[in-house]
Amino acid sequence: MKYAYFPGCSLKGLGRAYEESLLPVMRHLGVDLQELDDWNCCGATAYMAVDEAKACVLAARNLALAEKTGLDQVMAPCAACYLVLNKTKHYLHDYPAMRTTVDQALASVDLHYSGGTPVRHPLDILINDVGLEAIRRKVRRPMKGLKVATYYGCQLVRPYATFDDPYNPTTMDRLIEALGATIVRYPLKTKCCGGSLTGTVPEVGMRMVHELICEARKRGADCIATVCPLCQFNLDGYHSAVKAQFGDEMVPTVYFTQLMGLAFDLPEKQLGLKRAAVPFTWRPAPAPAAPVPVPA
Amino acid sequence: MVSIAPEIRIGFYVCHCGHNIASMVDCPEVAKYVATLPGVALSRDYKYMCSDPGQELIQKDIREFGLNRVVVASCSPLLHEHTFRSAVAAGGLNPFFFHMVNIREHDAWVHTDRGEATTKAKALARAAIRRVVHHKALEVKRVPIHPDVLVVGGGIAGIHAALTLANAGKKVTLVEREPSIGGHMAKFDKTFPTLDCAACILTPKMSEVGTHPNITLWSYSDVVKLEGYVGSYTVTVRRRPRFVNEDLCTGCQECIGNCIYKEPKFTDEFNEGLGKRKPIYIPFPQATPQVVLIDPQVCLNFRKGVLADKCKKTCVEACGDRKAIDFTQKEEFKEIKVGTIIVATGFQTFDVKRIPQYGYGLFPNVYTALEVERLVNASGPTAGEVILRDGRRPKAIGIIHCVGSRDKKTNRWCSRVCCMYSMKLAHLLKEHTDAEIYNFYIDIRAPGKGYEEFYDKLNEEGVHFIRGRVGEITDWAVIPDEENKLVIRVEDTLAGFVRRIPVDMVVLSTGLEPQADAQGVRRLFNMSCGPEGFFLERHPKLAPVNTFTDGIFIAGCCQAPKDIPDTVAQAGAAAAEALALIDRGHIEQEPNTARVLADCSGCKSCLALCPYTAIGFDEATHKAVINEALCKGCGTCVGSCPSGSIVQNLFDDDEVFSEIQGVLAYD
Repeated sequence: MKYAYFPGCSLKGLGRAYEESLLPVMRHLGVDLQELDDWNCCGATAYMAVDEAKACVLAARNLALAEKTGLDQVMAPCAACYLVLNKTKHYLHDYPAMRTTVDQALASVDLHYSGGTPVRHPLDILINDVGLEAIRRKVRRPMKGLKVATYYGCQLVRPYATFDDPYNPTTMDRLIEALGATIVRYPLKTKCCGGSLTGTVPEVGMRMVHELICEARKRGADCIATVCPLCQFNLDGYHSAVKAQFGDEMVPTVYFTQLMGLAFDLPEKQLGLKRAAVPFTWRPAPAPAAPVPVPA
Repeated sequence: MVSIAPEIRIGFYVCHCGHNIASMVDCPEVAKYVATLPGVALSRDYKYMCSDPGQELIQKDIREFGLNRVVVASCSPLLHEHTFRSAVAAGGLNPFFFHMVNIREHDAWVHTDRGEATTKAKALARAAIRRVVHHKALEVKRVPIHPDVLVVGGGIAGIHAALTLANAGKKVTLVEREPSIGGHMAKFDKTFPTLDCAACILTPKMSEVGTHPNITLWSYSDVVKLEGYVGSYTVTVRRRPRFVNEDLCTGCQECIGNCIYKEPKFTDEFNEGLGKRKPIYIPFPQATPQVVLIDPQVCLNFRKGVLADKCKKTCVEACGDRKAIDFTQKEEFKEIKVGTIIVATGFQTFDVKRIPQYGYGLFPNVYTALEVERLVNASGPTAGEVILRDGRRPKAIGIIHCVGSRDKKTNRWCSRVCCMYSMKLAHLLKEHTDAEIYNFYIDIRAPGKGYEEFYDKLNEEGVHFIRGRVGEITDWAVIPDEENKLVIRVEDTLAGFVRRIPVDMVVLSTGLEPQADAQGVRRLFNMSCGPEGFFLERHPKLAPVNTFTDGIFIAGCCQAPKDIPDTVAQAGAAAAEALALIDRGHIEQEPNTARVLADCSGCKSCLALCPYTAIGFDEATHKAVINEALCKGCGTCVGSCPSGSIVQNLFDDDEVFSEIQGVLAYD
C-alpha cells in the first residue's frame, strides 16, 4: 500500500504533532507514504472565498504533482486540505471553464492534471484499505477504560460524504474501539469548532469551543479525538481563555493517530503528545510517579 | 402523378376551427388545391366541422355524392376522430374509411408564417388523400365482460368498492394480504375533522363485508398470477395458512388465553411494535374475519416455521369440540374468473430512519404518527394513556410536519393528509395529557370540508404553531431546562431566529409513499407507475381511477396520497366504472390490432417484444399468434418481424408508404 502524502502547511507547523504521530503509525501498519515533492499550500478554506480560480489553480498544482509521481492515490490528513483538494477536483469536473483556466495555468509550468487521482483521508485508508482486523492485531496496550469522545469536525464528511455518513460518522468510532477504548455518545461530533473564528470573532469562537468541551466533559470523556489540526488547536490551544470565561474543566484533545500510537506501544516521545497545551497521558496501570488522568 | 382506381370517391373537408386553424392556414386555398387531386370527388372548407351541421354535412354528402372515402383536416384525432367516425357511420359508410389529418396542433399552432403553414397543410392533406385510398372496411370487435369482480386490498377503499359492487348484485372477491381487513384506517384513533372514532365508522362496513352474500372475503391472501384480458381475467390467489380453519373458528379467543405463553412476548404488528402478542393471536378486537391465526415463526409447535409438533397444544385443548386449530394446514392456490379488477392496495408510511437527524430509534421518546395513534387509542397497548417508552408522561410535545414529504432528499411530493392528522394528534394529545404542544410546519394545508375550521379550533385550544422545518432533535443540553429533554432545533421563520425547544416527546408526521412492492404489483396487473412510484391513472384530471389497461381500475392511496373522503369517493368511482363495463356487457376494441400472416417462419422474435404480452405461439402450426383482445396496436412486433409477416390494421404498408409519398411529393 503506497500513497502520495500531502501533509499541508498545518502538519509542518502548529499541527506537527499530527504528522509526528501519523508517520510512525502508518509505517507500523506497512503503509508506505511518499511525501509529494515541492507541494504547496492548498489555500485552505480562506482562499476559495477570495478568488476561486486562483484557489483552484493552487490546489490543482498539488494534484498535478501527485499525478507526476505515478502513485494512484493521495493521502491528505488535514481535514481542510482534504476538503479543498476534493472540492477542486469536483469543480474541475463540473465546470469546463474552470478546467480550461487551470489547464492553462498548469501548462505554463509544464504540469498537467487529468483528473483521476483520488484524494483520501487517513481514516478512510485505515478503515477500508488497512482494515480494522490488521489494526486490532497491532494493539499491544489495549486502551481499556479510556473513554473517548470522537470529534470529526465539520469538513471531513460534509459536503463530500464519500467514506462515512455526514450526520453520524462512525469510522473513527470503530477505529478507536478497535484500540480497546470506549466511545462515549457525543452528539456534537460534527459540530463546527469555530475554525478561524477563535481568532477573528473570539466571542463566538470561544463559545463554540466551550460548547464542545463542556459536552465532552458531561458525557464523561477522558479525551477528545480529532482528525483536523485546526480543531485540535481550537479545542486545545485556547483552553485557558475558555476556562477563564466559562469555568470549564479542560478535556485533553488528541489526534486519533496519537491514540493509535499509544495503543501500538510506539515510543511515546515520537507521538508529539508533549505539544498539546492540555496534557494527556495514559498508562495501562496506575503508576504512583506518573500523572494519571482522573475520569470525570 | 398517382393513378387512383375510378371507383374511389373521396370527400375532403378542411375545418377553420374558428380562428384556431384559419388564422394561420388559408383553408379555402387548401380546399381548392385538394379538389385538383386524383380520387377527390368533393372538397369543402367549413367553419366548425365538429359541430352538428358539420357532421350532418358529411352524412349528406356521403349519400348525395356516393362518397366511399372521407378525410377531415382539422384538430387532433384524440379529440374528434370518434366524432367523425360516428358521423361517417351514420352516413352509411364503414367508419374506418375515414381518415383524420391534424392541421391544428401539427400545423397552425406551431407556425408563424401563413405561407409555410398553408403549404404544410396542403402536403398533409395530400398525404391523407393518398392514404385513405388504401383503407379497408374494418369491424369494431366486441369483447364480452364477465360479471364478477376482483378487489385487491381490504382497506377502506377496497371495502367501499366491494360493498358498492356487491350491493349492485355483482359477485365480488376481496383479497387482503393481512389477516384482517381494515387497512391503515383500522389503526387510527379518531378521524379528522369530525373526530369520529375510526373503528366506530369502519367496523360496520367491515362487518357488512364479512357477512355480505355477494362478497367472498379471502384474507391473509395475495394475488400471485393474472392472465387474460379485459372482460376475461383468470386470477390465481394464494391463501396463506393460518393453521386455523376459518369456517370452524368462532372467534371466541379462548385459545389465546390458554396459550403456553402466559404473557404476550412477541412484537405486535398492529400496534406498531408498541405492544406484545402471543404466537396465537387476533390482530385487533374487531378483526374481520373474526378468526385467530398462528405465527409459525414464534409458535413453540413450529421450529422456524416448520411443524415440529413438540408443544403441549393447550390452544387445541381450549378450542375443544370446535376443533378449529389445524397445524397441518397448507397454503392453497385458488383460481377465479373475473371481468374487471379494482386495485386498492393503499400506501406505506415513510421510514423515518432515513432522516437520522430526527433521532428515531436513538431516542426512545421519538414516535411516528401511527405509533401515536395506537398510543392514544383506548384499545392500544397503553389503553389510551400517554405513557412514553421510558415511562414518563410528557409535559411538552413537539409534532414535526412533513417528515419524508416536500423534500428533495427523500420524497418530493406533499402527502396531503399530514397537516390534518398532525393537528388531530395535537388535539388528542392535548386532551389526554394537557401538555404544551408545538406543531412545526412549512405550510398548513387544510383544504377540505371543515378542515380550516378545525385549524381554528386548534389555535383556540392553545396549541403552538411554529413555521419552520425542524433541523435536528438532540439530547445536547445547553441550559439546565434542557437536561433530560429532547431539544428541537428549528428556525422559526416567522419570528426570524433559531429556536431550541425542549420537549419530552417528539411526534414525526410521516408522509405517505407507495408500498414497497408497488413495482411488483403493477407488473402483475399490467399497470404503470408514475415517477414517484404510485400507480398511474389514465388521465390525472379526467380519468383518475382508470389505468391504461382496460378493465383494471385503481382507487385510494395506491394512486396518490389522499384522505378518507377522497378515498371513498375514488372507490365509488372505480366501482361505477366497473359497473359501467359489466352492465354494458361488452367492450368495444379499436381494430388497429396486428395480425400474423401465413408466411410466419416461427422465429419467435416478436414474442418477447410485446409490451402487452399479447403474442403467443401455436406449437402445432409453428406460428406466432396475436391475441386481438390484448393487442393495443403499438406496432412493435410489426416493425421487428424479420420477414415482414406481421401487419397491422390501419397501418398497413401501403397505407403508411402512400402517406409518406404524399407528404414528400410536390406535384
